[in-house]
Amino acid sequence: MKLRANLVIGGSLFALAIIVGLLAPWLAHTDPVMDANLMNAEEPPSWTWWFGTDGQGRDIYSRVVYGARISLTVGIVSQLINSIIGVGLGLSAGYFGGWWDDVVNALTNLMLAIPSLIFALAIMAVLGPGLTSLLIALGLTNWSFTCRLARASALSLRNQGYVQAATVLGYGDLRIMITQLLPNMLGPIVVIGTLGMGSAVLSEAALSFLGLGVRPPFPSWGSMLSEARDQITTAPWLSVFPGLAIFLTVLGLNLLGDGLRDILDPQSRSRRT
Amino acid sequence: MTGSPLIEVEDLSIDLDDGSRRVPAAEGISFRIDRGETFGLVGESGCGKSITALALIGLLRPPLSVSGGVIRFEGREIQRLSAAAQRSLRGNRIAMIFQEPMTALNPVSPVGRQIAEMFVLHKGKSWREANQLAVESLASVRVPAPERRVKDYPHQLSGGMRQRVMIAIALACGPDLLIADEPTTALDVTVQAEIIELMRNLCAERGTAILMISHDLGLVANVCRRVAVMYAGRIVEERSSADIFRAPSHPYTQGLVDSLPRLGSRAALGRSRLKEIAGVVPAITNFPDGCRFNPRCAQATDICRTAAPKTDLLDAGGLVRCHHHA
Repeated sequence: MKLRANLVIGGSLFALAIIVGLLAPWLAHTDPVMDANLMNAEEPPSWTWWFGTDGQGRDIYSRVVYGARISLTVGIVSQLINSIIGVGLGLSAGYFGGWWDDVVNALTNLMLAIPSLIFALAIMAVLGPGLTSLLIALGLTNWSFTCRLARASALSLRNQGYVQAATVLGYGDLRIMITQLLPNMLGPIVVIGTLGMGSAVLSEAALSFLGLGVRPPFPSWGSMLSEARDQITTAPWLSVFPGLAIFLTVLGLNLLGDGLRDILDPQSRSRRT
Repeated sequence: MTGSPLIEVEDLSIDLDDGSRRVPAAEGISFRIDRGETFGLVGESGCGKSITALALIGLLRPPLSVSGGVIRFEGREIQRLSAAAQRSLRGNRIAMIFQEPMTALNPVSPVGRQIAEMFVLHKGKSWREANQLAVESLASVRVPAPERRVKDYPHQLSGGMRQRVMIAIALACGPDLLIADEPTTALDVTVQAEIIELMRNLCAERGTAILMISHDLGLVANVCRRVAVMYAGRIVEERSSADIFRAPSHPYTQGLVDSLPRLGSRAALGRSRLKEIAGVVPAITNFPDGCRFNPRCAQATDICRTAAPKTDLLDAGGLVRCHHHA
């Protein structure tokens, strides 16, 4: 099998981010929150301080490493919530049709009409800042594309011979949805999910940047950018490295999504075996 | 015909509701199939044969609906059963094979799993047992190396192999009735013969009755003991397979039989034209009054244009719906 460049590069970047997040306590040089030392404030990158230090003398490298945990948790968990909501609603709407389809369609259109970041902001305003409310806010606001996709797939799959055959063979509705429809739409859903993870990482950064995400002093890439805002001309390394981390993670997720789309086509499965 | 029938259809009518009006897509359909019997339903596209089959398994969907008549399976009215009871009949007691083996299998699931699912669903087997039974099923439809083939995906199999898999799925639970809707239309003629032979033998071994639906009178007569010919939503003639070729009674059946090329005949040798039935099948929204075949019938008289013929018993056995039957 020919290895696809986007899959390899994207997968490696994403895997790297996950490994960094998992191994943060061993990779970090200092404690990201506690080890502040004003003697070392605003050191530029050097052999001692790989990514430099911030105004309180905290090691940016260690903070970026720990920040991976929060960014990835938010990206993965909130997108998982989105996928479950989107697939659940879209699949059932496409399969059953009728009034349920109308309800789901109306809901989807409503969600699409409201900018999701603004909606997430509103939810955060009600729930208050913090990781859990961040997960809920992002998990509830980005399912409309998945839902549309799942509904469209279900609509076209519903009329496939094998779905009708399954009905004739005595499958119940739930079994048809799970064994016949879901596996056949999984490819595009996974692709959308991977891309969605990228945008969830960005949304986390945006919300944290606005001060509604993870509260300082805990490091998230977005909140680090937010704190670095004032020193962007005097200490650019404060914003460059968290920004680079966001960029590489999102790039990796997008490349991974593209690569997965290529191989998840069932027709290509036999060519590999 | 003695004993209690396996399935009995009495005066079944199916309506097509296009929102503004209802038109009959099939009406006055009556037939019975005994245990282990083979019965064929023949007709042109759109004559109502496939929707009759769907009605039998309770799967008519809007805009089609049953508007009258009774379907009894082992004496129980299918329409009166709960949705769950109907579902437990499907695939378990009544199974169906489709025209398109290309599309009737789930492309992302190995074929063995699709066979095994039937045992899990209807027989309450564990997946381990079911997988074993799937290999046996695949062997019984004469797929070579079944223990390897169960892991194949449908697109890795040829059309003939896929139809064998469909037969394995359909016969997995040992149904009492197998409905075969144009089972070989999409296949090569040589493969067609093998599949028909396989289906007939397996059903004969297990005492499974077959309801075969096709536009191919020759094929159906070859498989089935009795044949019903449908035209424009009505059964026009029901005879034993031997009789229908020897002495077709309804003018439409006569036309069908005459239009078949026979080996060695003048027409088959290209020395004369094959006979054809003049005219076209009427549209479902525009059935003629009286006998629906009358505009195309050489023997039509005034009564054919005004009164729909009743079903008559033939002395030689069988039924015909014609004012002037032979």
